[in-house]
Amino acid sequence: MTGTLLVCNLFVMSENEQYTLTEQGQTLLVKARGDWTFENAKSLYESLSDEPGSKELTEVRYDFSEMTELDTSGAYLLARLMEGDAGKRRNWNIDQGTKGQMTLMKAACEALRGEPPVHTRQWYDTLIRLGVATERFGKEVWETLAFIGHFFSVMGRLLLTPYKIRWKSVVALIEEVGLDAAPIVMVLSFFIGAVIAYMGANLLASFGASVFMVDLVGFAVLRELAPIITAILLAGRSDSAFTAQIGAMKMRQEIDAMTVIGLNTYETLVVPRAIACVVVTPILTFLAMMSGIFGGMLVAWTGGADISPVMFFGRFREAIDLTQFGVGLIKTPIFGLIIAIIGCRQGLAVTGSVESLGARTTTSVVQAIFAVIAVDAMFAILFYQIGV
Amino acid sequence: MKAQINNDAPPMEARGILTQFGPNVIHENLDFRINRGEIVGLVGGSGSGKSVLMNTMLGLKEPEGGVVKYFGENRRDLSFEDRQAINNEIGVLFQGGALFSSMTVRQNIMVPLREHTDLPEELMRELADMKIHMVGLPPESAKLHPSDLSGGMKKRAGLARSLALDPSLLFLDEPTAGLDPIGAHAFDELILGLRDAMNLTVLMVTHDLDSLYAICDRVAVLVDKRIAIADKLEEVQKYDHPWVKEYFDGPRSRAAMAAGGKSKTKAAD
Repeated sequence: MTGTLLVCNLFVMSENEQYTLTEQGQTLLVKARGDWTFENAKSLYESLSDEPGSKELTEVRYDFSEMTELDTSGAYLLARLMEGDAGKRRNWNIDQGTKGQMTLMKAACEALRGEPPVHTRQWYDTLIRLGVATERFGKEVWETLAFIGHFFSVMGRLLLTPYKIRWKSVVALIEEVGLDAAPIVMVLSFFIGAVIAYMGANLLASFGASVFMVDLVGFAVLRELAPIITAILLAGRSDSAFTAQIGAMKMRQEIDAMTVIGLNTYETLVVPRAIACVVVTPILTFLAMMSGIFGGMLVAWTGGADISPVMFFGRFREAIDLTQFGVGLIKTPIFGLIIAIIGCRQGLAVTGSVESLGARTTTSVVQAIFAVIAVDAMFAILFYQIGV
Repeated sequence: MKAQINNDAPPMEARGILTQFGPNVIHENLDFRINRGEIVGLVGGSGSGKSVLMNTMLGLKEPEGGVVKYFGENRRDLSFEDRQAINNEIGVLFQGGALFSSMTVRQNIMVPLREHTDLPEELMRELADMKIHMVGLPPESAKLHPSDLSGGMKKRAGLARSLALDPSLLFLDEPTAGLDPIGAHAFDELILGLRDAMNLTVLMVTHDLDSLYAICDRVAVLVDKRIAIADKLEEVQKYDHPWVKEYFDGPRSRAAMAAGGKSKTKAAD
């Protein structure tokens, strides 16, 4: 009698390869088949989402007798069936499931959903970003100036007690920043000199004044190109290295350790780098000047203008005096100082995350190149005003 | 993909491993096997090459000699696709969690799902939240970045990510190091619970004697460049080797043994 009654109340809601949903009185029977793993979770998710939910049911019974495999995603999908109206959970139990499946289902049922991420894009976001960027710019300028001030006070104190300067690390840094960079600086400058010479040869040939290309190469390389190329190369090569080294030290709490032990970060990290850069930039620039002029001379000789080296240097001595050499060289220590200070300052500003290391290194190189070119422009104006 | 994996073979087996850095031999003729469903603890002194052994077994490093087998298949003979399928069966919890710092916890867990499945975004998110819940993190932590988490939470989040693809083999590198005793105990319980729920095989490198006593089925001792013994804890304690004796007879070990014995009886009740 009861059996008949039961059969009468059975109502198959849906059936497919993987599951059968049956309504029996107040109970939802779920018979799962095959693999309920993440490999077929997508299709299961889609077909289960299409099932009409029935509101009145208060209980869910799972039959796992034909299930071959269950993983967390499968369990989660099954547990979703347990949700009635407004996410209220129904009572549930499992027929013929293993202990592991039981534990897994329990975990899946208890799982709480975190809040989904909110996408709020507003029209005034641009303004907010603009404001934030302005504030950051102001802060950046302020902090850089503070850093420069701190640096000079430490530097001044150290110059009075030079034995306290870490000469060993200064020498090591001079090798790293200077000697190791010499080949690339010279090669680049050689090409620049050659390019300038070609350009001059082309332009001046139309006036029949090819010989003036010597003036052009001399002026351009000595006054501007050699110092600028060297500084930009150092900004790309050493400034970024400073930021990355010091930033990584900051991330690994080495800087904190140094502070606790009583080592002054400025004395141990910043000052040696600054001294190394100030010493090295004039030397590198000198090398750049020589190889740039050599490049120009080669082009003048072989590039169609037929100016022999003897003629080249004869004209060079007539046209270019020692002042040009001085004008080029005098600004280089300042470039070196800028590069060292910006590199160290950005390195020390790195916080715990990997992202900030990347962002600071980028900022560091951009700021250094910007500052070098801006300072060079100021020098150009200054030299123009005093007439050299 | 799953069909190719032989579930009867031991998930991981190493035979005759030789590892050396220059003239410095780390492992020599090392044999090691992990059986299905067990939790194996790997112990050894500092510098005995536990981490190197784990990297070798993970495939981050090729040994200078010997073979590593996954599910009965020699690692060197696997095709790229098979290798990928087996990699999905292996989860790793690195010592510091190794979470991607630019992503939230939820996004971290979604990385393997996104890479290896075609699940809809919403389901992936909900599965990630379930994993967050399973490892015992509060739901709010889904939106936090790793830098906002404490050490213990980072480990749990790392564990959640290693479980993202329902691996059958789990490597844990010092899972309880740096946790307070309560947190460490909770983590041990968590591993036990997950083993039952997800049918996991676990290898844990650990120095935590409490963990060894509380949850490990077998303990492998890496000493003298090889796995000297890998057996039940009682057997390992009887093993006659000066380092093993010192390790298990020290005062800390005896305290942990007493505590571990107690908790086991409690569990039996």
